[in-house]
Amino acid sequence: MPDASARAGDGRSPQEPPVVEATGVTKKYGPTVALDGAGLTVAAGETHALVGRNGAGKSTLVSILTGLQAPDEGAVSFAGRPAPRLADRDAWRQRVACVYQKSTIIPGLTVAENLFLNRYDRGRAGLIKWPALRRRAAELLAAWSVAVDPQTPAGDLSVEQRQFVEIARALSFGARFIILDEPTAQLDGAAIGRLFGRIRDLQAQGVTFLFISHHLQEIYEICDQVTVFRDARHIVTAPVADLPRAELVAAMTGDAAAADRRDGTRTVDAAAPAALTVSALTSADGAYEGVDFRIGAGEIVGLAGATGSGRTEVAETVVGLRSASGDVEIAGRRPRPGSVPDALAAGAGFVPQDRHYQGYVPEMSVADNGTLSVPARLGRHGFINTQRRDAIAAGMIENLEIKTPSPYLAVSGLSGGNQQKVVMARALADDPRLLVLINPTAGIDVRSKEFLLDKVEQTARSGAGVLIASDELDDLRVCDRVLVMFQCRVTTEIARGWQDHELVAAMEGMDLNA
Amino acid sequence: MPDTALAETPAAAADKRLIGGRIPLARLRDLALVPAILIIAVVGQIVSPVFLQPDNLLNVLQTMSETALLVLAETMILIVKKMDLSLESTMGLAPGVAAWLVVPVGAGHGLGLLPGGWAIPVTLAVGALVGVINAMLIIRFGLNGFIVTLGMLIVLRGALTGISGGQTFFHLPPSMLYLGTTEWFGVPASIWICLTLFAVAIVVLGWTSFGRSLYAIGGNVDAAKAAGVRTDRVLWIVIVTGSVLAALAGLLLSGRLASVASAQGNGYIFTVFAAAVIGGISLNGGKGTMFGAFTGILLLFMIQNVLTLAGIPAQWIGALNGLIILAALIVSRITGGKVQD
Repeated sequence: MPDASARAGDGRSPQEPPVVEATGVTKKYGPTVALDGAGLTVAAGETHALVGRNGAGKSTLVSILTGLQAPDEGAVSFAGRPAPRLADRDAWRQRVACVYQKSTIIPGLTVAENLFLNRYDRGRAGLIKWPALRRRAAELLAAWSVAVDPQTPAGDLSVEQRQFVEIARALSFGARFIILDEPTAQLDGAAIGRLFGRIRDLQAQGVTFLFISHHLQEIYEICDQVTVFRDARHIVTAPVADLPRAELVAAMTGDAAAADRRDGTRTVDAAAPAALTVSALTSADGAYEGVDFRIGAGEIVGLAGATGSGRTEVAETVVGLRSASGDVEIAGRRPRPGSVPDALAAGAGFVPQDRHYQGYVPEMSVADNGTLSVPARLGRHGFINTQRRDAIAAGMIENLEIKTPSPYLAVSGLSGGNQQKVVMARALADDPRLLVLINPTAGIDVRSKEFLLDKVEQTARSGAGVLIASDELDDLRVCDRVLVMFQCRVTTEIARGWQDHELVAAMEGMDLNA
Repeated sequence: MPDTALAETPAAAADKRLIGGRIPLARLRDLALVPAILIIAVVGQIVSPVFLQPDNLLNVLQTMSETALLVLAETMILIVKKMDLSLESTMGLAPGVAAWLVVPVGAGHGLGLLPGGWAIPVTLAVGALVGVINAMLIIRFGLNGFIVTLGMLIVLRGALTGISGGQTFFHLPPSMLYLGTTEWFGVPASIWICLTLFAVAIVVLGWTSFGRSLYAIGGNVDAAKAAGVRTDRVLWIVIVTGSVLAALAGLLLSGRLASVASAQGNGYIFTVFAAAVIGGISLNGGKGTMFGAFTGILLLFMIQNVLTLAGIPAQWIGALNGLIILAALIVSRITGGKVQD
């Protein structure tokens, strides 16, 4: 940070050098060009958005800005002064901090210890003074109004609390420039609201943010400036207010693909046989109660609700990941409750909530992951016919336009959007009668998202019923109707053509007509 | 879920984790085995009035002291999310090499190359060398620690068989016998050494930044690096120290038995892992305390002692030991409440 004399007034004076300036940054990994002469300038006190599709070079830029990697060419400066040496971690931490999507806290240690890791208060004899450390942690958390007990094991924190703790830790190093890498990806609407409130508070106290997100709506809500990267290059930097949504999407994708081109003309055959019937479903652990609904063949039904509303749990019950009292009937068959194989055999295809955790086996190949749920089609008596597997995999790669150099590449080597396509391919592998998707587009880029949602519509047209459990408005837009869950019950049903605010209000439990 | 968690007032959250407002629950888990140890003491006393006699208790402590040092070493290594299987054969080879070089020609396979005073330095140096080779392969060259130390276990065991011709070294010099046989203030030296090293380890792991960096590395190595911990250096120190401790344990055992058998240490590593896991050390790194590990090994040896006092035939002790380990795991699963990993 600049010294006191340079920080005249409120910390937003235009004469002040930019908090961070990267110019002509090039970074290559072997033959891959991750950044090609890209640059970024963030002025003090603003909240600056960095957007781009997966593979646009955002992550590489973040690792260069946080001093984890050195650029091959180009320079980075903080407040007008050149960046410190890579080895000087302390100097970097005083200038910039990053809250990554992947947690950088240590789950087994307490919050207090995480905050002051490797910079403990030490008494005589060099031993750590735990009471002093806890006191300092409590003071730090209180100073930035983070309501977390410093004695809690960090692994017990929610995603939201973890982010606040990481922000507090960054501030305690003296950094007043914080990079948030997709902070909202794992948060529900209410938590996002609180996060944004916190960002505004800190911004008023002179903290500068670089905000990375796939959700364009959030950028319009919280950011002052936006920079777009595409294919390792800097495309545009503009005030958010001067860049309409369509232009922003165009800058990201390189073509004029409209963000909202969902047709409203789909019709549903009301007489179609049921793909899914759920009646009086009540979970044993109280996650939801008395859920009834029916999905006809060819119909897309959304299950909306905030995190904790029970939407995810209902969808997981349908595919047998959880058991509950009540009936689930998939395409006329009643799978044994709590049995995933039975649900799949009845004709369900499933895209689970968190692809990293339940979606795929990272070190297995695209072909193996794609065919994981259809062993019977790979050969007889449990032996795998590799030719048949490769033929199925080739079909999947073509059908879902998975960008992979080879079906034998481990899934962990793909971008997020393509990983999700592999998971989707597997769900579609057995031509399901019912497709169940939970947060299908979380953390993937705009174009992959459009593509996957198109696939969902295509699947429905081919006669399958689709259930999408999500709180993502773009996911729900493809649905013929949306069931909204609030506090463990289905409270509202909204037909296609809703306005954003109606649905959000229903998810938050507000009644706009009252 | 996050909604409710955040809505909680800090005070309410604190109430749940502090019993009587003083002791954090995490601390209590370290004490989970203490009731079990007390129960075994009572049972032991019922089985045989000899059990709580000071002589018998010192006997338990002395027989466990060598294994306990291995537990100490393995605990450090497990906390940083590594594994060292070769500790048990280091325990045999290190004093074995010393005996080989020191024991005079004519008595077994001794070479008689060095005077007796060199025995202890040679033992510790062999331990350090094994540690350096392990650390180099695992950290410097990035090989899989489990397989590296498995290979090392076999190599070292074979080397001991090679230099000893499969026979036992006798006629050890007085310096090698000293630590295993002498008594300080009426208590065997090996007990003093074992308890002192555990006390030191408890303080280092709980109250120094070096010790805490072990937990940081085991919990999330990237986060530890980002916090400025020199992770490679810490790992080197841990692995080399572990091997030196194993050599020291071997020295104590050789001293107590006044010999180095060619199979010295064989099979110890299973007891060591069992004691560590029962004591609350996670095989996935970053969890558990040195005190917990100590209670783990103490419990195992107390139960063995009670069985011996109860007159269980020696042939059955092995099977019972295995059952004890399984039972202790089940008990700690019930008291700990969490799925073990």
